[in-house]
Amino acid sequence: MAEILLRAEGLHRRFGGLMAVGGVSLDVHRGEVHAVIGPNGAGKSTLINLLSGDIPVSSGRVTLGDRDVTTLPPNRRAMAGIGRSYQKTTIFQTSTVHENVRLAAQAHSGHALRLFGHVVNDHAVNEAAEAAIAEVGLSTRSGTIARFMSHGEQRQLEIAMVLATRPRVILLDEPLAGMGQAEAQRMIALIARLKEARAVLLVEHDMDAVFALADRLTVMADGEVIASGTPTEVRSHPAVRAAYLGDHGEVA
Amino acid sequence: MAKLPGATHVSSRFYRIALVASLLVSLVLPFVVPVYYVQFLSKAMLMGILALALNLVVGYGGLVSLCHAAFFGLAGYVLALTSPASGGASIFITLPLAMIVVAAVAAVIGALSLRTRGIYFIMATLAFGEMLFYLFHDTKIGGGSDGIYIYYEPEAVIAGFRLVDLGNKTHFYFVSLGALFLTLLFLKGLVGSPFGHALAAARDNERRALSLGFPVFGLRLAAFVISAVIAAVAGYLSAAQFGFVAPQMLGWHLSATVLVMVVLGGLSSLVGPLVGAIALMGLEEVLKSLFDNWKLVKGLIIIALVFLLPGGLQQLGALVMPERGEAPDTTGEAVEEKAHG
Repeated sequence: MAEILLRAEGLHRRFGGLMAVGGVSLDVHRGEVHAVIGPNGAGKSTLINLLSGDIPVSSGRVTLGDRDVTTLPPNRRAMAGIGRSYQKTTIFQTSTVHENVRLAAQAHSGHALRLFGHVVNDHAVNEAAEAAIAEVGLSTRSGTIARFMSHGEQRQLEIAMVLATRPRVILLDEPLAGMGQAEAQRMIALIARLKEARAVLLVEHDMDAVFALADRLTVMADGEVIASGTPTEVRSHPAVRAAYLGDHGEVA
Repeated sequence: MAKLPGATHVSSRFYRIALVASLLVSLVLPFVVPVYYVQFLSKAMLMGILALALNLVVGYGGLVSLCHAAFFGLAGYVLALTSPASGGASIFITLPLAMIVVAAVAAVIGALSLRTRGIYFIMATLAFGEMLFYLFHDTKIGGGSDGIYIYYEPEAVIAGFRLVDLGNKTHFYFVSLGALFLTLLFLKGLVGSPFGHALAAARDNERRALSLGFPVFGLRLAAFVISAVIAAVAGYLSAAQFGFVAPQMLGWHLSATVLVMVVLGGLSSLVGPLVGAIALMGLEEVLKSLFDNWKLVKGLIIIALVFLLPGGLQQLGALVMPERGEAPDTTGEAVEEKAHG
């Protein structure tokens, strides 16, 4: 069995009277894409936020490898090896592509907060940034200000930033949202490459992409897991058909 | 930030020429203008240092602080309270002491205030600044509301040799110029360093800075303390220049005036606040000699400038009311999640 890089056990998150996530357990293995699907409001984004530390858990446990990271704030989890993208593209809009990715590489360079030495002269960090930019195919756009790029390119940039932090686990929150057909195909190919030597947790509404990418699936509804397994198992699961598709839908 | 490569080249050349020219002028000036103006220029440079210090947190950190006068004044009080009655205090002991005291106070104020954002941060820093003001205003620690005199200016003496005489207006001018130059050099290095870039990243997108692994709270606290320590240097020298400290030195009125200097000069450039400080103080001097009700005229001019200058007020507004969804906000997430369902 493959190595478990990220494990969630009994995660709960309550917002006032609303139980957004109620007892979710799952694990993500090295070298796999684990997709989380479910109707709107199922708690998928909240789950990602619980795993990344953006939102603290009400109860439950998150472990990264052997390490319990449940109480760590998001920056400490990022340093421990969890990288993430957001549903709404979250980048430094007024900076260049290079500066965006350079910051990500800097954060993990061992001298992230040094008070002296101009960043232009930090060759190791600059090379790491350019390598990550090349990996997502944005090398020709390195000097472009992020907000002048297309939506698809901005999402590629966000992936490059995640890569530059050298994560072991990558959490992707609807990476294909709002993308055109060609852009989506490029992103799907990119995500397929991300899982090499890493673990990827993918939340996505585009079912074609999910079934093209996912090695395993977890299906959520109303904050709870209603099914999990391989794509084939999930596709034929009666509870999924009932909750997710209505009774007469056809998955994929 | 979106500059063409050619434009950057031209402006950096212009910048260098302007820098050399102003340095030459500032070296010659004290020998050609009357003593009154030598004193005035020293005072303006110290205000410039204070404005540069404030801009590290306002412009680069995205945090509008209204308690920097308190750091400025507190350093003055440290000098006043440690000056012996019979002679001058040693600058080599009292200046570092003032910096350490202010750093400690700023660390406490920062650690508490930085848990808030936007307008609440302004309110928190304003409250802490006023606490320090009333500490000196309403108690006998530093002579109450009357303030205290520093009868002997601090001495810069090493092994019996007097390096500079701070009582001499020209000497004092060059000490202020040196402090200003060192501040500019230090800040230029800082904003280009990994620390400076991380600080600006946290200002531009706090959520992304955190998820990349930057300890945003610690970063901001460090910037806040560094900025306060630079303000302390300006306040110490200001107290030494006038031989007098009073609670007004710590009040929010001065904090707000320095904020106006920063906004006038521009938040996003290193030397902008210095230009703003000198311009505002120069304007005051001119208006004082022309009008009886000069403060009224000054107020109108500032209002006009702030509205007309591109970026000035809008930039400040963006800091006070950041775009929704930029800062981590758990209650917002809940609403978003609900709205999906």
